[in-house]
Amino acid sequence: MTNPYFEILRPGINTTIQDSGRNYLYHIGITVSGAIDQRNYKLANCLVNNKLNEAIIEFAYQGPLLRLNNGNINFAITGDIFFNIIKNNSEVVEGKCYQNYILKEGEQIDIISTKKSAYGYLAISGGFQLKETWKSYSINTKAQIGPNNGKKYSVNEKIFIKNSILKNSKNKKINYKNPLNNIIRVLKGTNFDYFSKEAKDIFFNQSYSVTRMVDRMGMRLEGSNLENIVNTNIKSEGLIRGVIQVPADGKPIILLSDHGTIGGYPKIAVVISADLDKVAQFTPGTTIQFKEVNLDEAEKLFKDYTIETDNYLNECS
Amino acid sequence: MIKNISNLGDAAIYCDFGSDVNEVINSNVTDYFNHITDLVKQEKILGITNLTPSYNKLIISFDLSVIDFLKLKKIIENLDIKKHIKKNNQKIKIPVCCDDEYGLDFERLSNKFNLSKDEILDFFFDKEYFCYMTGFIAGMPFLGDLDKKIRINRLDTPRVKVPEGSVGITEQFANIYTFESPGGWNIIGNTPKKVFHKLNLLDPALIKPGDKVIFYQISKEEYLEFND
Repeated sequence: MTNPYFEILRPGINTTIQDSGRNYLYHIGITVSGAIDQRNYKLANCLVNNKLNEAIIEFAYQGPLLRLNNGNINFAITGDIFFNIIKNNSEVVEGKCYQNYILKEGEQIDIISTKKSAYGYLAISGGFQLKETWKSYSINTKAQIGPNNGKKYSVNEKIFIKNSILKNSKNKKINYKNPLNNIIRVLKGTNFDYFSKEAKDIFFNQSYSVTRMVDRMGMRLEGSNLENIVNTNIKSEGLIRGVIQVPADGKPIILLSDHGTIGGYPKIAVVISADLDKVAQFTPGTTIQFKEVNLDEAEKLFKDYTIETDNYLNECS
Repeated sequence: MIKNISNLGDAAIYCDFGSDVNEVINSNVTDYFNHITDLVKQEKILGITNLTPSYNKLIISFDLSVIDFLKLKKIIENLDIKKHIKKNNQKIKIPVCCDDEYGLDFERLSNKFNLSKDEILDFFFDKEYFCYMTGFIAGMPFLGDLDKKIRINRLDTPRVKVPEGSVGITEQFANIYTFESPGGWNIIGNTPKKVFHKLNLLDPALIKPGDKVIFYQISKEEYLEFND
């Protein structure tokens, strides 16, 4: 007997499998990938009793329309998402994020759209039946690595689910609100002093808006140009998630989970670890403001972020 | 050796080996990279998630819930690095077809260098190249150094799509586009040899930092019949 599976009736804009990411491969040019909002990823798994690093479906803006075949499952959706459950008698039930649901054979999940954010997550109790590549299930569409030949999902494709006995698990809920403030805390980058005094002032005192040029690789910002007084190129060197580069045009770019591993633009700043989930969720047009913190503060803020995440995880387990 | 260690954000260490780009400095970077990679494999250092060597820098990413900048900096500063562990040092031969349909930028290059296409190719093929690093896209090698007579900047406007296998030059470096990708390098030919094997999980990148690369020219017939 075949496993239960999702049949993709509508793929959505950018539907992929993600997990905690792929490490130890930067040196050959393979980026980390992984769920772009790690907290929402973990919360989704927690809500369906999975290990926190189980692979799940990530979607952006418009999500997929999925029909379940060959069995019943328990699922949860996290993020700021508008979705419906379509029952076998065609009854449409509006879904709520941060709680688990039972989905029966033949029923559909219609992930209509994200609300004030870019990404959302769908976790299935027991997880998906997938093949690992370099210890991760993340799809990296740039290098075509991971499940589904490293491609985002298309219509009529299937995503198989591990055979697991559907436990009559009690209804789980987390009372979670996605952060709404638009202040991004950063540390000075290694090329901070390549920029003029005016540019430094602009960077920390004026706001920037998120352009339409945003994907899993990076986020281009629009705002006052940042004047470089040293050199608009550096010898190519390693990059990490959260780096804010400024190319010759003076407009900052924030690097996200699928960023190139090496680059030659000056680094004006780096987003602190505690704010990476928040940054990734900004949609085009959002106005953001950078705020400088020092390393001690950044480390303390990361501890707070971790404790807060753990508190939500405890709430649901 | 490392000239300066600083933090890159709150979860990475930035090791600066000096501002020049040459084989000596790059070998230092590679020695550190190999040594720390071994320690990570043997679980003698915990928390490191990635190491990115480049021409003259090494970036070490770590998991901030396991270790922090000051602790890891201390470990890195106290390492006893053995010099020139010649681990990787293969010589790899790469066939390149430079017919005009593959060498997209000869007109621009000839004008700029005031050299004929054949003269450019003589300078390009008459050399053994050193792999400084791989990256940007999976498995792309950054090779040097080009003869001074054929050094040129990137294209003013990068191509939206550079074909897979393209061999490009920029400044003192040559590279190979392991995937179709946007890019601004000057394209002089194309190799039928697969430089990145994603199905070879243990060793996907054919060319690794420290390796030597020898390019040799092939005809279009040889290109089309090439069997990897």
